Amino acid sequence: MTIANIIIDPVTRIEGHLRIQAYADPDGHGGGTISKPALSSSTMVRGIERILQGRDPRDAWSFTQRICGVCTVVHGLTSVRAVENAINVKVPKNADYIRNMMIGGQFVHDHVMHFYHLHALDWVDIVSALSADPTATATLAKKNNPNYKPNNGLLPDAAYFQAQINKLKTGLVNRGQLGLFANGYWGHVAYKLTPEQNLLLTSHYLEALGWAREIVKLHTVFGGKDPHPSLVVGGMPCTLSANTGAVSEDNGGTSLNTAGLAAVKAALDRMKSFVDQVYLPDVLLVARGYKNWADFGATAGNFLSYGEFPDPALVRTEMVDGAIDYPAGYLFPQGVIWANDLKRLMPFDQAKVTENVAHAWYGGSTAALHPSVSTTTLQYTGPQPDQPDYMLDEADRYSWIKSPRYDGKPMEVGPLAHILTMYARNTLATDRLVRKYVDTYWCGTAANGGLALPFAKLNSTLGRIFSRMLETKIIADQMAGRAAISNWSIPAYAGWYPLFYANRSGKYFNPKAFTVLASPSTLPDKVGFGFTEAPRGALGHWIKINRTTGMIDHYQCVVASQWNAGPRDGAGAPGPYEQSLVGHKLAALDKPLEVLRTIHSFDPCIGCAVHVLDPEGQPLVTVDVSHLGRLV
Amino acid sequence: MQRSDLSREDATEVTPSPELDATIVRRLGDMGVSRRQFMASLTRMASLLALPPSMLPQLAMAATSPTKPSVVYMSFQECTGCLESMVNSFAFKGGGTIENLLLNVVSIDYQETLMAAAGAQAEHQLASSTAKSGYVLVVDGSIPASANSGYFVSGGRSGAERFRSAAANAGLIVAVGTCASFGGLPKADPNPTGAVSIKDMMASLGIAKPLINVSGCPPIPEVITGTILLYLASGMPALDTLLRPKTFYGRTVHSHCYREESFEDGPRVKAFDDAASRKGGCLFDMGCKGPVTKAACSSIKWNQGLSFPIQSGHPCMGCTEPNFWDRVNKGGKKGFYVPLAGSYDD
Ligand code: SF4
Repeated sequence: MTIANIIIDPVTRIEGHLRIQAYADPDGHGGGTISKPALSSSTMVRGIERILQGRDPRDAWSFTQRICGVCTVVHGLTSVRAVENAINVKVPKNADYIRNMMIGGQFVHDHVMHFYHLHALDWVDIVSALSADPTATATLAKKNNPNYKPNNGLLPDAAYFQAQINKLKTGLVNRGQLGLFANGYWGHVAYKLTPEQNLLLTSHYLEALGWAREIVKLHTVFGGKDPHPSLVVGGMPCTLSANTGAVSEDNGGTSLNTAGLAAVKAALDRMKSFVDQVYLPDVLLVARGYKNWADFGATAGNFLSYGEFPDPALVRTEMVDGAIDYPAGYLFPQGVIWANDLKRLMPFDQAKVTENVAHAWYGGSTAALHPSVSTTTLQYTGPQPDQPDYMLDEADRYSWIKSPRYDGKPMEVGPLAHILTMYARNTLATDRLVRKYVDTYWCGTAANGGLALPFAKLNSTLGRIFSRMLETKIIADQMAGRAAISNWSIPAYAGWYPLFYANRSGKYFNPKAFTVLASPSTLPDKVGFGFTEAPRGALGHWIKINRTTGMIDHYQCVVASQWNAGPRDGAGAPGPYEQSLVGHKLAALDKPLEVLRTIHSFDPCIGCAVHVLDPEGQPLVTVDVSHLGRLV
Repeated sequence: MQRSDLSREDATEVTPSPELDATIVRRLGDMGVSRRQFMASLTRMASLLALPPSMLPQLAMAATSPTKPSVVYMSFQECTGCLESMVNSFAFKGGGTIENLLLNVVSIDYQETLMAAAGAQAEHQLASSTAKSGYVLVVDGSIPASANSGYFVSGGRSGAERFRSAAANAGLIVAVGTCASFGGLPKADPNPTGAVSIKDMMASLGIAKPLINVSGCPPIPEVITGTILLYLASGMPALDTLLRPKTFYGRTVHSHCYREESFEDGPRVKAFDDAASRKGGCLFDMGCKGPVTKAACSSIKWNQGLSFPIQSGHPCMGCTEPNFWDRVNKGGKKGFYVPLAGSYDD
């Protein structure tokens, strides 16, 4: 084993528990260059798939939802779709519209919060912001965010930014209590923005917190709370209120009344305007200051997308046709890109998904297995904690994350995969819109507000940040509606909310879902496959329901961050995080800011990536699924 | 059954005290908060916490103290949902929201999802924040009972060891969420990782410290921040036998549920999206656990009083109660759609 000279544990500003070990060739001045793939390890497990065995399939969504409180909607919904697929039940249009909005709302919420609250501090030096000139910051704000008026409906002026500085000083600095901002890499030579840029982005960091609290109201109306809103197999549990006024003991009613629907509309409008006025220009502002980050962080160029946001308009007969059956109608395509070749968008086949445990703490076969049969007899063989010199070895097993592979290859999933597959497909209006935005903002000249970067460099740390912003813009417009853009020949789109609203008195739930599950012997003999494109990428659940008891026999999840954060496979091929760090130049090995920039560009969600377990020596958790072999 | 609207009663009890001393008013000025905004927020919070008006000056003092009490927030076997929920309360928006005051009131010195520092710098921050005594240790997630299992390791240390050293100098421990309070999802049958609650972990490590459980999957944002503020203003709040603040966990969801009339008189919901469901009928037959669940969902509600699961059409899952994942219902069956055993007629 090479003793790592860069260790980040815990990696912070992520969801979950992650350790990164890397080896850099020292430059003799405290810095160095990473010359080989790093090591990415998750160090926490709960065992959710094991807990699901023997339970009611209708309950599974609420268990899988707790895989992650950040990706809460998508894990629940993937489970619901897996059960619906297993029992061959279709859901009404309204359920698909609402699900699209709940997933879409989660994308906008997660991506904006990721940029400001998890990723920004890698690029924005808060200490430098304190020395900004408030007048110059107001001039910058007027130029960068001309339509954003957080100052009681006016553009922020010098006094506004002075107050922001005072707030930071009195709230944090003067009391000597920096709280969340304590001990950052402040003053690191890799920070390149001006004090005014730093102050502007710090202001938006603070304002985005208040914004986020407002937009989750969409989930509260449709799902009753957020995080962990309610879902149901067969449709949505919410339904239109017979009483349009406020709910009360005397008048009853539901959250889908006049006020609730107005709250959804307001949340969608707030999403759209914040993305247009703040997030999009801020990403470009940061990108202009860090253009060299298009040179780092590339993965092998293999991208996978399961497809997401079915078009409910394609449903002909409610409860019989399901939008999910029409891959051509997905906003994000279902497809595969190999070796950066955008000329060919290859079809996706779920049978080619496998999991490999050669470098993960699981026993059983180290061969690549399909999730419907992969065994989960697993054991911790890592170093004992609480001892000095705790170190993981890439030649050995070193993570609770399994290595998923598609056709035997590691794949990058997430925003970059979404944008590239849309770009490659080029059939829907939104695909053409993606091309126009990439041409304008990424490749376009500086004079026209572009970054003047080559298209091929989208596969990079900066390209991931750009793609995340771009898909947020596409989704926010898709939910609230989009006017025609005539000079680009892009037609108008009504938007999921207006389309749902027009159909709001229609159905929300297919009662067949509960009745067929009540007579399990009539269920089809199949493994159910449910999928979602989550904010972090391809998410799939496989379920087998027992046709005697009606309960769950086998449950397996292969999730987005598992694809990106997984360890080496049996052939020694590193996962995307590990690969992406090769070539990074660090100014100071003891302050590995550059490593964090690229790891954070993937938006790690590690609770998601690890969800299986089987403690050694306890027979109760040895799961025998060999009988499922016949199913594939 | 005697029913009353607690929130309405409490609101009339609390009248804002006009007396704020000069020091507090000056400190408010420094924080960019006007006296009027401050009193409005404080009154709202006090009404939520069911505090008597005489406590307002104490609350004001806590909220403007020159050194902020330190909060160390540690995560173990969790899903980050509790933090997501708390962030909905801890917003910086505007000058006078209670959330802003809370931000100014406490110094969150360690929180892995939000803190700037990482790796060695984060570990250093943890060590220095927990070296002084008296901080509030907020914990989410359960912890594997066995330190050597490898099921939770961070910074090379096991969950048990990380918790033991962080608890050593804490003045108060707050277990946020049902996983930390009672073991939650990781502890659900068959508890594959041997997960235990914070209370059980404290017992096995021999740690005797004040503990408050703030259960819920996740808890309501204002219940998390309100509990912390309540403690800072007036010391240990009254707790129920499960160590939850009685203010928030004193009543069942059922006792405040606006659908309670149809629980007695019908029509109850028999299938999602049926006529009764559009009218807002009782969800008992759909598996509602409201009658056995102590929580503030039907009174405070979620996201500024907008809705709660029952209002959005789904039965209560009972997420604030111990072992709710494994509750056995009618016919000896587990499940969120299986009605409670017994009739709960009152
Ligand atoms: S059983 Fe549930 S829905 Fe019915 S009144 Fe009680 S809490 Fe409300």
